[in-house]
Amino acid sequence: MHKRPANHSFELTRRSLLRTGAAAAGALLAPASFARAEPKKGGHLVLAVDGASAANSLDPATYDATYPEVVGFQWGNALVELDEHAQATSELAESWEADKTGKSWVIKLRQDVEFHNGKSFTAEDVVYSLNHHRGAESKSVAKSLLKDIEDLRVSAPGEVTITLTTANMDLPFTLADYHLLMFPEGGDAAAGIGTGPYIIDSFEPGVRTRTHRNPNYWKEGRSHADTVETVAMNDLTARTSALLSGSVHYINRINPKLLHMIEGRNGLQVWNVPGSGHYTFQMMTDVAPYNNNDFRLALKYAIDRRAILDIVLNGFGAVGNDVPIPSFDRYFAADLPQRSYDPDKVQYHLKKAAVDIPATLNIAEIAFSGAVDAAQMFQQQAAKAGLTLNVNRVPNDGYWSNVWAKEPFSGSYSAGRPTPDLMLTSAYHSEAAWNDTHWRNEKFDNLLVAARGERDEARRRQMYHDLQFMIYEEGGTILPVFNNYIFAGSGLVDGFRMSPIFAGMRVAEQLYFV
Amino acid sequence: MSMFLRITAQRIAFGIMMLLMTSVIIFAGIEILPGDVAQAMLGQSATPDTVAQLRLELGLDRPAIVRFGEWLTNAIQGDFGRSYTNKLDIASEIAHRLKNTLLLAAGAALISIPLALFLGLLGVLYSDGIVDRVTSILVVGGISVPEFFMGYILIFVFAVGWQWFPSNAAVYDGMPISDRLYQMALPIATLVLATLGHMQRMTRAAILDLMSAPFIETARLKGLNTANIIIHHALPNAVAPIINVVMLNIGYLIVGVVLVEVVFTYPGIGQYFVDHVTMRDAPVIQACGLVFATVYIMLNLIADLVSAYSNPRIRHPR
Repeated sequence: MHKRPANHSFELTRRSLLRTGAAAAGALLAPASFARAEPKKGGHLVLAVDGASAANSLDPATYDATYPEVVGFQWGNALVELDEHAQATSELAESWEADKTGKSWVIKLRQDVEFHNGKSFTAEDVVYSLNHHRGAESKSVAKSLLKDIEDLRVSAPGEVTITLTTANMDLPFTLADYHLLMFPEGGDAAAGIGTGPYIIDSFEPGVRTRTHRNPNYWKEGRSHADTVETVAMNDLTARTSALLSGSVHYINRINPKLLHMIEGRNGLQVWNVPGSGHYTFQMMTDVAPYNNNDFRLALKYAIDRRAILDIVLNGFGAVGNDVPIPSFDRYFAADLPQRSYDPDKVQYHLKKAAVDIPATLNIAEIAFSGAVDAAQMFQQQAAKAGLTLNVNRVPNDGYWSNVWAKEPFSGSYSAGRPTPDLMLTSAYHSEAAWNDTHWRNEKFDNLLVAARGERDEARRRQMYHDLQFMIYEEGGTILPVFNNYIFAGSGLVDGFRMSPIFAGMRVAEQLYFV
Repeated sequence: MSMFLRITAQRIAFGIMMLLMTSVIIFAGIEILPGDVAQAMLGQSATPDTVAQLRLELGLDRPAIVRFGEWLTNAIQGDFGRSYTNKLDIASEIAHRLKNTLLLAAGAALISIPLALFLGLLGVLYSDGIVDRVTSILVVGGISVPEFFMGYILIFVFAVGWQWFPSNAAVYDGMPISDRLYQMALPIATLVLATLGHMQRMTRAAILDLMSAPFIETARLKGLNTANIIIHHALPNAVAPIINVVMLNIGYLIVGVVLVEVVFTYPGIGQYFVDHVTMRDAPVIQACGLVFATVYIMLNLIADLVSAYSNPRIRHPR
């Protein structure tokens, strides 16, 4: 179960394996899972994860980082789960179907599921749980995710009908979001009472959460440990030493630079999952000098993506092509030429741009792990290509509210989204709340909406290709790398599933003692 | 004795004024900081719409002076309110965290203070001898290394290497005290090393300073041995500077150990405070600030009273 690639070639096979689709991958993975011993029940599982704060709440409308997400999927379930191939599979929703217009979806729910408090799970609970994030008074982080829902109602026992303002063939992916956990109608969202694999015993924000197995859990082959303790460990060194000293069974977000410490140790295993998360340097396309597309292209050719991948991520990721769609996505535009470091093209576009304002990149370490290093490398590489790039280092504190999306050129991180539509709609549509490049293109917006509701697969693929091409050619995003998610576990546990989307969030119900 | 009562009353009144000023300064500080709790809570995923909604719900649309007045009125009545971010009751959260912090501080102080005094006296007894030099190098080494780094070194040796103690201090309510001490062993050791040096150096310096005083000469001429002189004649006169540095170190142990808490994931008040500063959670920052200020003011009061009491000229006024 040692999953760390010995070199890049393994990673490539994993990637291509993900690309070839469900059938082939399933065939390859099946023997391995049969060879594994039957998951044993029992034991006390200790998880140490980051992203915790004393300000955390169990209310899914507030989930903003790993810790609450990992706890959320202990007490709760979503309607849909995304599997190892980033495909939508059934969780609390048994099946779903869109009508011809793509605007009306009928969701059929699982029967005989009970909440921790004994109440049966019904369609009313779904309406109530989703409405928690909707409406004028909602302050949910997931509010914009559900803004296209026009109507949400119980259409029959165990059946919910969702009516959308515009057609959307990807609605099931939206419903897989970790904010959209189901809780009982009329109940308190922050109570942590759901249908999930583990029942909350105690929740100390920023310290630890203790849960015990839900005896009535409906999902087959999951939730093995008797009790789970999720320890808040924001410090990477603390997580690593806790794993090394055997006091925890699982840790998340490992810096590739520390992997050698874990690797050599007896029994420890590393799970390296390619993901849709990516690092960006984004330019506002309506502010000088970044409003000049040739200037933007000059900057895009002035960055050595391979070097940033190798040095900042130690190779644990993939080179980006200025398009926020990961290469394993079914709609990834693989035929766009890979942009690489090219001083000639930098000079060509600089001349054409004829801009005499230097570029100034505002960056803080909080933008993404290694952001300052990456910005300084970018500066050196650009200088070598004859482009002056100033790097203005700013404090972490207040970065998201005062620098990002306020300064015309800054750094950011996106965890990616389950589908191209969600990704592009959330950050590249003219009206998008996170349109940090101020990219406004009517043709793009129209095509994006059309692609969302397109039922013909071939035409849809072409549309997403065209959308990616527009961003590639004219967008304000420099996207040097996609990062992998790296997790590690002790030799005592197994069963981790490498889902590229929402990686590691359902770890509690997956791990078992061998 | 009435003099002590007067000093105490004066100091307490002064302390209350200081607390009031501190809370004004903290509140102003939160207002000056860029960004507010609504932006911080929503982080990268903030939209103008959700930020406005959140501000409205938290009452942040009202003027700062109104919010401060409201907070002060409630705080005087002992109601610290609920956290903006997770809606938990601040008083009970702080009580819980403060208990952990005080236990850690007490554990460290109980080892550190007697050890520092002992090593300080040893340093005087064998001043400039090999024992003095070795202890000096060790304790100064201890305070010269940043405490989080010292924590990592201890983890590397005792948790990862020999696996004697856990690297994360997993304490919870209702834990047997022996288990708790075992969990707290490495953070306590780190804090002992971080505070030992200051107190040892001060003890040694204060007493050495006195050793050349005429009354010590007299004691020597009386034929007393050095250990006796140090303990019965020098030490009582060196109490004032020593107690001051001891109190400062206790203050540090209570309010300044957030880095040690992070390294050992110890659920103390420092981490709680820092998390909420990041979130601009004003009521929590105010309450913690008040607790920290109270701790410092009380410790200083104790230090003043003890040094006054230790001075015979004040104890027996003519």
